[in-house]
Amino acid sequence: MEFYLPIAEMPVHVGLVLAMSAAVGFISGMFGIGGGFLMTPLLIFIGIPPAVAVASVAPQIAAASTTGVLAHWRRRALDLRLGLVLLAGGVVGTLLGVLFFNAMRRVGRLEPIITLSYAALLGTIGGFMLVESVRAVLRARNGAVVDPRRRPRPRWFGLPFRMRFPQSKVHMSVIPPLAVAAAVGFVGAVLGIGGGFLVVPALIYLFRIPTAVVVGTSLFQILFTAIAATLFHAATNHSVDLILAMLLMFGGVFGAQFGAQAGKSLKGDSFRLLLALILLATAARFVLDMVVEPREPFSIMLSEVLP
Amino acid sequence: MRIVASALVLSIPILTAAEAARGETLTVTLSHHQVRITSTYTGAELAVFGVIGRDGATAPRSGDYDLVVTARGPRANTVLREKRPFGPVWLNDAQVKFYDLPVTMAVLSSRPLDEIADVDLRRRYAVGLDTTRASNIAPPGAAVREEEFREALIRLKTQSNLYVQDERGVSFIAENVFRATVPLPATAPPGAYEVEAALFRGGVRLAVTQTSFEVTKTGLEQFLAREARERGLLYGAAASALALVFGWLATVVFRRD
Repeated sequence: MEFYLPIAEMPVHVGLVLAMSAAVGFISGMFGIGGGFLMTPLLIFIGIPPAVAVASVAPQIAAASTTGVLAHWRRRALDLRLGLVLLAGGVVGTLLGVLFFNAMRRVGRLEPIITLSYAALLGTIGGFMLVESVRAVLRARNGAVVDPRRRPRPRWFGLPFRMRFPQSKVHMSVIPPLAVAAAVGFVGAVLGIGGGFLVVPALIYLFRIPTAVVVGTSLFQILFTAIAATLFHAATNHSVDLILAMLLMFGGVFGAQFGAQAGKSLKGDSFRLLLALILLATAARFVLDMVVEPREPFSIMLSEVLP
Repeated sequence: MRIVASALVLSIPILTAAEAARGETLTVTLSHHQVRITSTYTGAELAVFGVIGRDGATAPRSGDYDLVVTARGPRANTVLREKRPFGPVWLNDAQVKFYDLPVTMAVLSSRPLDEIADVDLRRRYAVGLDTTRASNIAPPGAAVREEEFREALIRLKTQSNLYVQDERGVSFIAENVFRATVPLPATAPPGAYEVEAALFRGGVRLAVTQTSFEVTKTGLEQFLAREARERGLLYGAAASALALVFGWLATVVFRRD
């Protein structure tokens, strides 16, 4: 069945969009990431104008993360206090990122450099996680139980403005999580992505937060980012397609629901292994996009319809 | 694709054609003048019917008439960019902006265009995709490759079905009555479309006439597009609220504990 999208100004296959959004929602609910970095390229691939794709994915991420947040909240796997700290850092980082983005556009040519360094960052984190989690899986198979949280407390926990996060069972300075959230918000705004998949490894490795709590807390922050993005896109570019967004939400929330349930039975080390693979695949996609010779060097970039 | 070719042949206003004083005259009409976009819209087709009129002094030479029907969609400024390798990475480099270019174009003719008129004449009357006229501003260096950009533009537009050229697209159903079908892809934007029919014989343009139709969103599609444009923030708030409700509903539906 085909449905006409009033803002994208084209019809889409309802079943195809539902299937895509359910798959991405599943990954989102399982790993506590927004999934925009997967959904947006898929939509552009089926012909949705990029501006509409980016803007209409935002409400879907909001819907999927609402489901995830509620599911984790009910299981008490959400650190509200840590979530609010991350949110505060994220807001500041996003604002700086938007300012930087506008300055960068005037200079030009910086975008590929940022994309490449971002891919390098993803690749490094993904590679590190892959090695670490494969070792953990092997050790677990040999009978030894190793929890990365058991390693000595990092020194930055002792910085000033210490706060107790009972849900996450840590007591640390709020400066590091604020800084990490700000950095992710900054990168996210520059590249037009949420950055949830950077928050998750940071929470696991830098702050020793239990995996179960990481997912709920990350989704909590993503929920607010996604609502802000929806309002921002709707008010400035008018490119949120409500029909497309509803199709995406419908598939996304059900996918996220099953993802959250599947994630419950996933062990910490296999969780990190799978997330590492997602990060590496994303990095590979960014690099391939730029390195492989395009079959068609020309592209139509922008088409403003005249009155 | 929906074919809406009603029996309009009968109602072609032959009278107006007969009134012309000398030589050939051309009269065309469309199967409909408005295409409505609904939620199940997947494109449309419009039938063009035309009559060639002759006054008494013109000798009947119907066999050698050639017709070109050109339908042009709303106009837009279009930027075409080209990727070039910079070391190991491919980046967008040169770009050319085409001003006032039809978003969609269908060129239908009764014979291959080159047999109908020579390229100079076709350029003068903008007949054929390859004669697409658009003023453009190219950065220095890219200017010399203007033709390459123009060809790339038409190639990309043709690949996405926005530009169509059919050299068997006009057919005669009687000695001086012809018809053509203008395809309207689903991605054709709403707006005003103009249809031009030109009559040629022996490489000379004898007559030309124009008509138009409109593509409009209706119902829910029209409402949503208007709200998104005019009340952006409210529209965004509605989308956000919907997202929260959807997310909450899913947890209620799937509640296990």
